[in-house]
Amino acid sequence: MSEPAPLLEGWFTTAGRPALIGSRCSACGSYYFPKLDTLCRNPACDSMQFETVELSRTGKLWSYTNAGYQPPQPYVAAEPFAPFAIAAVELERERMIVLGQVAQGVGVEALRAGMAMELIVEPVPDASAPEGRLVWKWKPAA
Amino acid sequence: MSGEIAILGVGMHPWGKWGRSFVDYGVAAAQEALADAGVAWRDIRFVSGAATMRCGYPGYVAGATFAQALGWQGAEVNTSYAACASGSQALAAARAKILAGETEAALVIGADTTPKGFLAPAKGERPDDPDWVRFRLGITNPTYFALYARRRMALYGDTPEDFARVKVKNAAHGLANPKARYRKAFTMEDVAASAMVADPLRLMDICATSDGGAALIVSSLDYARRVGKADAPRVAAVSTVTPTFPSAIVEMPDLATDSAVAGEPVSFRSRLPAKAYEQAGIGPEDIDVAEVYDLSTALELDWIEDLGLCARGDAAKLTREGATRIGGRIPVNPSGGLACFGEAVPAQAIAQVCELARQLRGECGERQVEGACVGITANQGLFGHGSSVIVKR
Repeated sequence: MSEPAPLLEGWFTTAGRPALIGSRCSACGSYYFPKLDTLCRNPACDSMQFETVELSRTGKLWSYTNAGYQPPQPYVAAEPFAPFAIAAVELERERMIVLGQVAQGVGVEALRAGMAMELIVEPVPDASAPEGRLVWKWKPAA
Repeated sequence: MSGEIAILGVGMHPWGKWGRSFVDYGVAAAQEALADAGVAWRDIRFVSGAATMRCGYPGYVAGATFAQALGWQGAEVNTSYAACASGSQALAAARAKILAGETEAALVIGADTTPKGFLAPAKGERPDDPDWVRFRLGITNPTYFALYARRRMALYGDTPEDFARVKVKNAAHGLANPKARYRKAFTMEDVAASAMVADPLRLMDICATSDGGAALIVSSLDYARRVGKADAPRVAAVSTVTPTFPSAIVEMPDLATDSAVAGEPVSFRSRLPAKAYEQAGIGPEDIDVAEVYDLSTALELDWIEDLGLCARGDAAKLTREGATRIGGRIPVNPSGGLACFGEAVPAQAIAQVCELARQLRGECGERQVEGACVGITANQGLFGHGSSVIVKR
């Protein structure tokens, strides 16, 4: 089986210490995830210049939950479906909250609001790729 | 005050899973509203429909679909789509038309036939659509409700019991509502025994999707006087403002909030009623009854605070004290709310107004809020849509 490819192209890096790929407005400094390259969404800013940046790899757990039931398509479930946790993580530098699945094997009982989280990539099942596809996930920081 | 319109009649098809066309529900609701208003269909010169995205082309052009089903009679039509706020936008269109003096009496109408289970995104592989991406990652609507609920637990010390208490209260309210889908009493134990959907929210904390239809006959105040309904409840405000940048909390279907590097975040939910209060020239202290969008039990607590009915963080206490029950200081969701109805998206915001109109007319029997003179609705949906309507008498 080949190495899993990213589920979404250009949304995150996968090598070494992975990071989400976002944009930073060159004028007002606002960050965006996913990337933005048209017009800054800050109504006080009319910049169309953005730098592509890697977002902070670590943040604070803002809130969390899990999926107790199998979500509808286009979600692709492993057989049998196993509940998974979902995190909302607050990035300090960017002053934004980013959602993501939580690393496999980490349930809600291992999470508490405010704890330090870090970004990883893990494969998730995919209908056309038996090896799965990589997505970003959050994991309690070591 | 200027800017007001009259609610001459209200009508609803009972909520449920009836498996019929949404058009049938809309027609039934419209006929009931027309009869309630005592206005002939031919006298309605503007039909303002709320669209449904799940019933094919007739749903996209709901205003015309209902106008045809009721019998083409040459009225002007409009169709609004604004997710959960579709019904309020349809009402806003009718209100604008009436206040501009272009029409005297209008039908505002919405109905839906819903599939079973989670609401899912449109088909096809669309990585540019945040709604597609979040569902691909398994992030459903209950995910967001649960993130907000857990946040309340972290910030205010709310407990799952505080959330369950909302369900028990709303279920008790809806028992005697003939339009409600679920008319069954629930105990705290029933809620705790239901399956965990999105921790900390259980099945009984989260609203279902339903079929249903709701309609309003609205008119100018002058027209209301002419048909002998000078004392009909009035729409005093319709707020459909967008969020402001930067967003404070992560909203469906986004995967991230805006970055607050360049400005302080503002709560979208609290801005919706704020605009309504401003339009009506009143404040939270004037409210007698509220119909809020309890997509989840915990979300009702958020709305109570966003409406300014208590201080931030106090809604669980307010509910524990019984203040939000019928008979309490500020009853919330006397209809039974989404807990008893389940969501029929384009009909729901209209149904909220139907309930307030009936409450203000004192016709609600066992679920009557005594002496109710001013009511407010609130709802919020995907893609920056939400609304708040104030009805007064």
